[in-house]
Amino acid sequence: MKALLGPVGIVLKYASLFVASAVAVLPLVVIGMAAFKPTQEFATSAPLSPPESWAYLGNFVTAFTRGGMLQGFVNTSIILVVSLVGTVIIGTMAAYALDRFDFRGKKLVVALFLVATLVPGVTTQVATFQIINSLGLFNTRGAAIVLFMGTDIVAIYIFWQFMQSIPRSLDEAAMLDGANRLSIFARIIFPLLKPAIATVVIIKGIAIYNEFYIPFLYMPKQDLAVISTSLFRFQGPFGAQWEVIAAGTVLVILPTLAAFLFLQRFIYSGLTQGATK
Amino acid sequence: MVATTTARPAAALVAPSGGARSHQGWRVTPWLFLLVPVALLVTFTYVPVANMVWYSFTDWDGLDPVMNPVGLANYARIFGDPAYFQVFLVSLYYLAGAAVQLVLALYFATVLSFNTRFRNVFKGLIFFPYLINGVAIGLVFLYFFRPGGTLDALLALVGVDAPAQWLGDPSVINVSLAATSVWRFMGLNFVLFLGAIQSIPTELYEAAELDGATSWHKFRYIILPGIKKIVGLSAILAVSGSLSVFEIPYIMTGGANGSATFVIQTVQAAFTHHNFGLASAMGVLLLVIVLVITWIQRRFVPDEKVDLT
Repeated sequence: MKALLGPVGIVLKYASLFVASAVAVLPLVVIGMAAFKPTQEFATSAPLSPPESWAYLGNFVTAFTRGGMLQGFVNTSIILVVSLVGTVIIGTMAAYALDRFDFRGKKLVVALFLVATLVPGVTTQVATFQIINSLGLFNTRGAAIVLFMGTDIVAIYIFWQFMQSIPRSLDEAAMLDGANRLSIFARIIFPLLKPAIATVVIIKGIAIYNEFYIPFLYMPKQDLAVISTSLFRFQGPFGAQWEVIAAGTVLVILPTLAAFLFLQRFIYSGLTQGATK
Repeated sequence: MVATTTARPAAALVAPSGGARSHQGWRVTPWLFLLVPVALLVTFTYVPVANMVWYSFTDWDGLDPVMNPVGLANYARIFGDPAYFQVFLVSLYYLAGAAVQLVLALYFATVLSFNTRFRNVFKGLIFFPYLINGVAIGLVFLYFFRPGGTLDALLALVGVDAPAQWLGDPSVINVSLAATSVWRFMGLNFVLFLGAIQSIPTELYEAAELDGATSWHKFRYIILPGIKKIVGLSAILAVSGSLSVFEIPYIMTGGANGSATFVIQTVQAAFTHHNFGLASAMGVLLLVIVLVITWIQRRFVPDEKVDLT
């Protein structure tokens, strides 16, 4: 699009963009600088001055070993992989049933999924807690896994939308060749859903990596800490050691930054699809 | 569900080309695919909602096998006790923050939809905070707002020597926290708006240019109608979002200094004070409010497709 702004307008436009970028980046840069300062230097230097040396990694070592972040990354990875596999299988199966079949009760099922999007998960945790407890899942990774798998309606919508673009003639041709529904789903539909699966894996993966409430509430045991809850616990033992907290924070943000740099395009389009369901 | 599982082998045995098989398949197979998704949906969404309504009329402590019915006492307490009702005032700060957030997002989305140098860099920088882990954001801003921290150092550069206690002063704390929330979520609204603007066909702008339209005209008569739907949806989500704020204040202050939100209070009622009945009543109340807001949106903002051509 051609810009129709005068010179003053152009200056103002770029000025506003630079200010916004600075506001977005500055808090992160400052905490990044703190992470490289040894205790002594941190105590004496101003927050806005860069560290004397960018080679001091002591804070990262302390955060990683004494802060239990290794455990956190392991637990997050396990939960991430299992929940993502589960979400993809469950979501594609539900979308397949809803898109390719007409059956009694279909309207009811669709309505159940639709209405559920209106229930904010955070409001029902008090009662969900009792269910997790009675299933014997409290203080197990299973608690986070079933909750991540069971509540992702957006994923089902993304699969459903995408499936509508896969021609039904493919199903019919396979059916004439004697394939049953399960093998049509597994051999024809599922492989064609790859782009939608990539979208769901990326968007949901970031959401699981960032989730704080569910692991905090359902997995308080120390060695079940995920990345969010282990970082949350930094506030106690390292309360006065901001340079170590800063290093832990940087360690948590780095994987997100890497994911963003490599997957930008997918993230933008995935969010747009998820929101306009 | 038992009937469906036993019927499956029978369906598979019938000759593949027979009409009977496909008929049978149409009836039973969808439920096989839906069994697990629907079971999870019911177990973790509908059963909790039903239980929560039930608990809200009792004095249950979450542990005791006995629950005594107390009628509407829990609800009466929420509305009668100012300590419980006051938290709704806190959400006004986040509501104001959400309004700022939507205006900023709309501005930057519009600006970046025009030709701009380094467009993708600006887009990435403005959006990135949304992807960051909430605990990391909480710690970044604890460091930012702490006495002698980043903000105070920045203010000292422009000559402010006695800055406010950003997280210590009850009259400032909610502004600081709501600002953190804007920092975190603005990028999402911005990217959604930008996506909607970019899906407007370019011929419309070209035609408008031929007619001598200014940038303001293009914004007012092409962009704004084109993104009305996503802006409306975002506004509704912002309202229900500001009622259910939890992460940022809980991580940064634990709800101290008058920063407790409705959800923090609910969590504390349930898991600190073991008053599940009261906590459930608060949950039901929040759910009802959110449902009413959504209903109003569906009622007054019709779900029509905007036709620009």
